[in-house]
Amino acid sequence: MTAALTGHAGPATDATDEEPPRPRRWYTPYLLLLPGLAWLAVFFLVPMVALASMSLQTGSLGQGYRLTWEWANYSEALSTFGAQFGRSFLYAGAATLLCLLIGYPLAYAIAFKAGRWRNLLLILVIAPFFTSFLIRTLAWKIILSDDGWVVDTLRAVALLDDGGRLLATPAAVILGLTYNFLPFMVLPLYASLEKMDERLLEAAADLYANAFTAFRKVTWRLSLPGVVAGTLLTFIPAAGDYVNVQFLGTPNSAMVGTVIQSRFLTVLDYPTAAALSFALMVSVLVIVLVYVRRVGARDLL
Amino acid sequence: MRITSAALDRRGFLRVIGLGGAALAAGPLLSACGTEGTDNAAGAPGAGSAQDATTVNWSNWPLYLDTAEDDASVHPTLQAFEQQTGLSVAYTEDINSNDEFFGKIAPQLEAGRSTGRDLIVLTDWMAGRMIQLGYVQELDTSNIPNASNLQPAYQDVPFDPGRRYSLPWQSGMTGIAYNPEELGREITRVDDLFQPDLRGRITMLSEMRDTMGLILLSMGKTPEDHSQSDYEAAIAKLQEIVDEGYVRQFTGNEYAADLAAGNIGAAFAWSGDVVQLQADDPALQLVLPAEGAILWSDNLMVPAGAANKEGAEQLINHYYDPEVAAQVAAWVNYVTPVAGAREAALETAPDVANNPLIFPTPEILANLHGFKALTEEEEREYQDLFQAVIGA
Repeated sequence: MTAALTGHAGPATDATDEEPPRPRRWYTPYLLLLPGLAWLAVFFLVPMVALASMSLQTGSLGQGYRLTWEWANYSEALSTFGAQFGRSFLYAGAATLLCLLIGYPLAYAIAFKAGRWRNLLLILVIAPFFTSFLIRTLAWKIILSDDGWVVDTLRAVALLDDGGRLLATPAAVILGLTYNFLPFMVLPLYASLEKMDERLLEAAADLYANAFTAFRKVTWRLSLPGVVAGTLLTFIPAAGDYVNVQFLGTPNSAMVGTVIQSRFLTVLDYPTAAALSFALMVSVLVIVLVYVRRVGARDLL
Repeated sequence: MRITSAALDRRGFLRVIGLGGAALAAGPLLSACGTEGTDNAAGAPGAGSAQDATTVNWSNWPLYLDTAEDDASVHPTLQAFEQQTGLSVAYTEDINSNDEFFGKIAPQLEAGRSTGRDLIVLTDWMAGRMIQLGYVQELDTSNIPNASNLQPAYQDVPFDPGRRYSLPWQSGMTGIAYNPEELGREITRVDDLFQPDLRGRITMLSEMRDTMGLILLSMGKTPEDHSQSDYEAAIAKLQEIVDEGYVRQFTGNEYAADLAAGNIGAAFAWSGDVVQLQADDPALQLVLPAEGAILWSDNLMVPAGAANKEGAEQLINHYYDPEVAAQVAAWVNYVTPVAGAREAALETAPDVANNPLIFPTPEILANLHGFKALTEEEEREYQDLFQAVIGA
């Protein structure tokens, strides 16, 4: 931000052109901002207000909805669907952690060890996006199927008992989330690791830091922006996801996205759906703010 | 329609797998991710244009109309109609789920604007909602003389007594699909499912009327005529079944893949799906429980503000010709509501004509039930209870 400002201020004074510099008008920046602001207003602010208003209305589709400031919509929605809410954050949190554990070594390897394979590996990370999200999630049903080799192997080593299964369990949901959002973790991590100056590691070694200390004090610290960006990009959509639960979960593993979807489309209970959506948005925002403060990466936002 | 919550409809699913056409899944995917771009782009046929008396804009479910063998965009029965009447038909396969489609057209209808469509196809309960809300027009039977070919079983449906607003396009039955050879025992009633060998290996449908209809029947109640307390008792029974771990999932048509993979031993299933699955696995059976099974239909209706109502009615008339209905039935494998279609099919496709899942016998038809019409308030109460059991 600061760089951009000074960059702008520079040329006005020492312009080498023949033409005299045109006087700057105070409103020029605002004019330039206008398309962006209009976009934000139309596609973010207006829907947001509509959603907030819907969450406080009562009525039905046949009789129409009226704004009655029905704050009880929130307390009812949260008391009825508290379990699904908690589950969403639990599953999304677990998936984010798994993504970090899998994604960090992967991003590290691509950034520092891949050599000429780097671009190929990056493409491989992105390649799954060429097929539909839905198809990829459905594919997990085949991989984890009760007679498939994964379950057979787990049974053979007694990690699952004979009647045990993976499909239609919370574990399958978390696995699906992890798989689907892994690239969102790897790419920002790679971007921040790749920028790192490897001579810093040499310097650390010169100062008698062992490999672990050097990683902890240099690499990890410098990759923190990537970690924060990656965890946010993973956690936020995962918390609202309902596709993985739909295909890989059971009736007892529904997440808040499932409820919003069924309230909105099946039960036609728009106010509750809106209240849940709004509550989800606010709680994610709070979690993100607390998290970013704790990590100390405030300038990211 | 019978898709449940998420993104995929039952017809779409099987055939996408069958055709290997990932492209079809892209639409539902987009909506699953919260962007609705493509659906709408493809989905408002002739809005503003082509709104004249020579075009009929028809919206239907994917792969729900016969196609030529070499070109999926050519529909022989539709071509015949165009040649006979000189009308042209803009046929769009943009209905993927009742709920989603309702969400798409309701704003226009509520505002009194045209949807750009002259003919739409929606499942019974959604047809009922459209009629209640005044979103569809009464049909002029003098334009549809062939409507007299409607099978008696479909004539007096609770959501549209006397069929003033709607005529069924195709029908299907909901029963229990399973493989008797693999299970090693026979299933004749819903309650036969709840044995230890099927614990965690049953799926039911997330479509409330199908699952609750079968449960009600298993308790000796009839879905078309039951009391609130009957329904609550059925919900309690379902909750018990879920709590004991019998039900693995409540699904749309994903059960088909699970059945094929052997993940589940039995499923509440739709007849059209089973006919298609039988092509790969002839041992698979659809049992219509002894206590009764469910009959549902997808219904042709003319939405309010349609520019060419008469053309739409002529089109309905065309498809109520038994010969034409037989042609469609041979391709889509669902139950045709048109009397005389079986006789017509006996000559052209005898194996289809003799398949009781496509042309059910009168004895079968007599044991099929619809679900009673619900007011908006009842609908919400019923769905509330049901969604709570299925975990949504």
